[in-house]
Amino acid sequence: MDEELRRELIMVHYKEPEHKYRTDDPNYQKVNTRNASCIDNLDIYVKIKDHKIEDICFDGEACAISTSSTSIMIHNLIGKTIEEAKNFIENFENMLEEKEYDEEILKEANAYNEIYKQGNRKHCAYLPYEGIKKVLNEIEES
Amino acid sequence: MKQEEFPMLKEDYIYLDNGATTLKPQCVIDKIKEYYETYSANAHRGDYDLSYKVNQEYEGAREEIRKFIHAKEKEEVIFTSGTTESLNMIATGFFEKIIEPNDEILITKSEHASNVLPWFRLQNKCGAVVKYIPLDENHYVTLEEVKRAVTPQTKIIALAGITNVIGDERPIKEITKFAHEHNIFVVMDGAQSVPHRKTDVQDLDIDFLAFSGHKMCGPTGIGVLYGKRPLLEELDPINLGGGMNESFDNPNEIYYKELPHRLEAGTPNIAGAIGLGEAVRFLESIGMENIETYEKNLRKYAIDKFLSIPHVDLLNLEADGGILAFNIDGIFSQDVAYYLNKYKICVRAGNHCAKILKSEVGVTNSLRVSLYFYNTESDIDALVELLKDKGKIEKEML
Ligand SMILES: Cc1ncc(COP(=O)(O)O)c(C=O)c1O
Repeated sequence: MDEELRRELIMVHYKEPEHKYRTDDPNYQKVNTRNASCIDNLDIYVKIKDHKIEDICFDGEACAISTSSTSIMIHNLIGKTIEEAKNFIENFENMLEEKEYDEEILKEANAYNEIYKQGNRKHCAYLPYEGIKKVLNEIEES
Repeated sequence: MKQEEFPMLKEDYIYLDNGATTLKPQCVIDKIKEYYETYSANAHRGDYDLSYKVNQEYEGAREEIRKFIHAKEKEEVIFTSGTTESLNMIATGFFEKIIEPNDEILITKSEHASNVLPWFRLQNKCGAVVKYIPLDENHYVTLEEVKRAVTPQTKIIALAGITNVIGDERPIKEITKFAHEHNIFVVMDGAQSVPHRKTDVQDLDIDFLAFSGHKMCGPTGIGVLYGKRPLLEELDPINLGGGMNESFDNPNEIYYKELPHRLEAGTPNIAGAIGLGEAVRFLESIGMENIETYEKNLRKYAIDKFLSIPHVDLLNLEADGGILAFNIDGIFSQDVAYYLNKYKICVRAGNHCAKILKSEVGVTNSLRVSLYFYNTESDIDALVELLKDKGKIEKEML
């Protein structure tokens, strides 16, 4: 992904993040995810039905990287089965860790393909994934 | 002032995070190196020349610090790992013994976590109650508000001399006078004041003081607990072990050493203490009054420039310490810090360990520039130049 597109994607999803609102709907599972070394602090709400992610929304305060990354993640995970979602997350993790990953799957999330160069921002990009993983793992256990 | 003494400043960083920690002058680095290279033995064990020399230096540092804070006796200066440890020792070693259910502890919402959580623990463990002195519209503590907040149950007032987010200075001397008339103890968190002001514990008449070496040109991992001698005599050591006992035969016959060693169990941070002694000598050579004046002028210079930028929201127009807390309109503080980082300018973003302050100021996160005497007008100019152009920040913050 070229520099210009990367920038634009991040800025669009930062300035107008998708699904940024909180919900009290009991069908959503809420998870808080925060960055110990900085100040990003997000609540993510996930609605799962029949092993499928039906909806996700989020709220909180976070930097441009965290906010955009959350928006892009939500955009891509809604409608996926839990298995597909896990696969997406795994590919994202591999990208951050400079391992092999499937570009096709990650779509807009490729915008963070160079974030590993900025050690202190890597975790910002990863933050929403950390949260969603918690939810998915809890569901598997129950 | 004294820029040439700081090796880090040769790395063309602009370091504006002195509230977090300060840079070290060459003399402090050399002093520590000298200990490790030429007389690296243990303290308190003068059986050979080297060890005697360690003792001389270690106790010499203590005396240097006594003079620096104008304590009456050298035994009132206890080496700890820093402000945090000192405050915990005060809360747990001294106050836990004497605090009673419903006794009140007065703090404020702008205290650092290290001057909040030890008191919360007393509340949870002993049934004491932590209460907040209301702050005025500039987030200041006034004597009037202290008087209003004090009740017959108040036992402790614990305040920072200068806070780390707002940089407001508290009228500690007046508060202490009033507190003592009402049999209330005063604990001063000196982390942000001792490095920047003359501190005279006898004039202030405070009961306890805590501060950190690393925020005043000294090494990390060393700090001081000061207490009036009769109070320190009653402070129970949290750590027991070597160096602090006189003799012991069985659990019923243990004899502790006198102050200050009773409160310094185990091999101390010798290099740290000696390094801190040197840092204090360095600061004294500049003069604390000169440091204070220089920082005030530099802050004023910075404020004037900041006020000329429309998208800068300054949160602490009024402040006494060299701290500027602000936000850039519509941009998350951390993104601004990352942007400045690209130009090797170090500023802090976040809640600055004062997590309950947000309810008071109405802002969760902010940027903080905290100055020290080696910062210059040209540091401020470089910062202001980068903050002026909001479009540039948005363009380059990723
Ligand atoms: C006001 C205040 N109190 C306490 C502390 C804690 O100091 P240390 O981390 O050195 O123990 C700090 C450090 O940031 C501070 O600013």
